[in-house]
Amino acid sequence: MFDMLKYLRPWVFPLVLFVAFDTYVRYVAIYSDALATPAQAVLAWWDLLWLTSDEGLMRVTLFTLLTAAMGLSIGVSLGLLCGLVLGLSPRIARMSFLSIEVLRPIPSVALIPLSMMIFGFGMRMEMSVVAFATFWPVLILTQAAVHQVEPRLLEVSKALGLNAWQRMKWIILPAMVSRLFVALRLAVSVALVVAVTVEIAANPEGMGYAMMIAQQSLDPARMIAWLLWIGVVGFAINAGALRLQKKINQRMGVNEIQAGSTA
Amino acid sequence: MKSFPPYLSIFEPLFMLFALLLMWWLASHGEWVNRVFLPTPEATWQALVIGFQGGQRNDAAELGLATQLTCVRMILGWGLASLIGIALGVMIGMSEIARAWIAPTLEFLRPLPASAVLPLAISIFGLSAGMVLFVVAFGAMWPVLLATVQGLANVEPRLREVAANLQMTRWSYVKKIGLPSTLPDIISGMRLSMTISLILAVVGEMIASQAGLGQAILLAARSFRASELFAGIVLLGLIGFVSNALLASAELRLLRWQKN
Repeated sequence: MFDMLKYLRPWVFPLVLFVAFDTYVRYVAIYSDALATPAQAVLAWWDLLWLTSDEGLMRVTLFTLLTAAMGLSIGVSLGLLCGLVLGLSPRIARMSFLSIEVLRPIPSVALIPLSMMIFGFGMRMEMSVVAFATFWPVLILTQAAVHQVEPRLLEVSKALGLNAWQRMKWIILPAMVSRLFVALRLAVSVALVVAVTVEIAANPEGMGYAMMIAQQSLDPARMIAWLLWIGVVGFAINAGALRLQKKINQRMGVNEIQAGSTA
Repeated sequence: MKSFPPYLSIFEPLFMLFALLLMWWLASHGEWVNRVFLPTPEATWQALVIGFQGGQRNDAAELGLATQLTCVRMILGWGLASLIGIALGVMIGMSEIARAWIAPTLEFLRPLPASAVLPLAISIFGLSAGMVLFVVAFGAMWPVLLATVQGLANVEPRLREVAANLQMTRWSYVKKIGLPSTLPDIISGMRLSMTISLILAVVGEMIASQAGLGQAILLAARSFRASELFAGIVLLGLIGFVSNALLASAELRLLRWQKN
């Protein structure tokens, strides 16, 4: 009995917010064109779900997720590559340290106008901004992960007379896997946030734009429906990434606390 | 590969930076990339100089003024976010009950893109400077809030017992034990929220058309003034760099006691 109550507990506070917002809209902001009750938002979400046109929930969500995933894969693979190079060669790391510190703080949204000018609207501009945003954390975390490879493992590889490629494949990469997934999880959440931001600021496609256009056409129910849906999608993706990371850690036999502390 | 002589090694970090600048110079002068997208470094510098001389074009897109406005927006929003985040964080983190009932909702809200509240804020507050400030403060609040809650939950249990033995009031516990031992978490949360503030300030300026660097670079891109666009990007990078460096040094200073 009490166990069941424990599972219900996280839902109480959102329910309170739900009711409070509902009451506010119903009785105080009654003539507002800008707000809708959460119940109306849920109904609007239901309508969107079955819409088969270009504005349909599935299609729009898919666009954002696909674009974010493609940008993510570009950013992650480049970040991984550069991170490995910087991690393995202290010399190159010393030489590029300053450039990285100068380029990294550029806020990703500052590149929206530039990518808009180069690629126009569409998938490519959004991908490029996502790739830029995810590149840096992956680069930094990969470099750190290389440094944290147990030095004794490297000594073993030397003793075995492995060449550089074999050392990479058999020793360094496997030793890094759990830390790399920490970087990947971070990059996944960054990618979704940046993708939605690009859509809100410029790109006329995807979930962010759908929400913007609902606001501009005074359809608050639909706007709030999108807001909630973006929240749900973000939560689901983050939860999924976290589970994947835990699974990988179990497979690799890494202590969770140890891997988590590098995040 | 021979290594540099030691007296040259201090120039090592500059090497790559110069190489990148040279690449930029070559790419723009050799027209490897269309000049419309990639201005020359000199033209970018020129745009920066003109932008900061002021009085040349007395409009909102003037870079010096825009930089100032963006910085103010960012710092104000960040300050508000930190204050509200710490206050709410203490309220939630100090009470076992509040933590159990509210924390799951906060965890749900954490991955929500902060910019996604922009449309909602627009319909409530309209396209105003106050709206942008609200979005910056709201979005940047989460890292501080969550860090405070988490930090208070992880206070060394022995310190809590000491406080109980000394019969400290709740308030003096927060002031003397809770906040000082949570400080490392709070500061790293504040660093993250500074980055978020800058991003949200820029996005807000782009959408709500408030004067600032966000609006300036968007206008520059729309009228294909690439050198101004690059100047704006350079300035935004500079703001990010300086604010981050300042906070990093503040962190070192404030957390000096940790080392002993």
